Amino acid sequence: MPMAASEIERMIRESLPDAEVTIRDLAGDGDHYAARVVSRSFAGMSRIKQHQAVYSALGGRVGGELHALQLETAVPTEMTSE
Amino acid sequence: MSDAQSRIADIVKSNDIVLFMKGTALFPQCGFSSRAIAILDRLGAKYETVDVLQDAEVRQGIKEYSDWPTIPQLYVKGEFVGGSDIMMEMYENGELQQLLGAEA
Repeated sequence: MPMAASEIERMIRESLPDAEVTIRDLAGDGDHYAARVVSRSFAGMSRIKQHQAVYSALGGRVGGELHALQLETAVPTEMTSE
Repeated sequence: MSDAQSRIADIVKSNDIVLFMKGTALFPQCGFSSRAIAILDRLGAKYETVDVLQDAEVRQGIKEYSDWPTIPQLYVKGEFVGGSDIMMEMYENGELQQLLGAEA
């Protein structure tokens, strides 16, 4: 069962309320997405932890009903610039 | 530790660079695994692969091993590095070369 992009975004925002979420439907089939998630809560976390936070927001769907999610995470640029 | 978990721990500890993937280095069975192989080959890394499609226990167990829901998964010197997105990001900013180069 494919997942709608809006549903993915909603679930991520539920766990990471400040997150800026950008989702692209890569193949137009509702099953292959790329997501970029920018959140202040990622500050100080390793990349692995940042991705795990998003996976956990999606409640076990990644790797299951959501097969293909290319993920990029970042902290807001105003937090990384000197 | 279950049998699958101890088998995975053995594999991870006895290989400097190991990629758990779908398919083989020659015939990856998934775009993400294919991308991971392309990155490792581009860097000239010497690596081992484990085809999770050949082993249902490892396929499930590896997800628990690192609390990571997807495959491929790269391990270097016993440490989980990430999946193909993290590999790509680290490749693009030079971190992966550094990490793998240090092992060569």
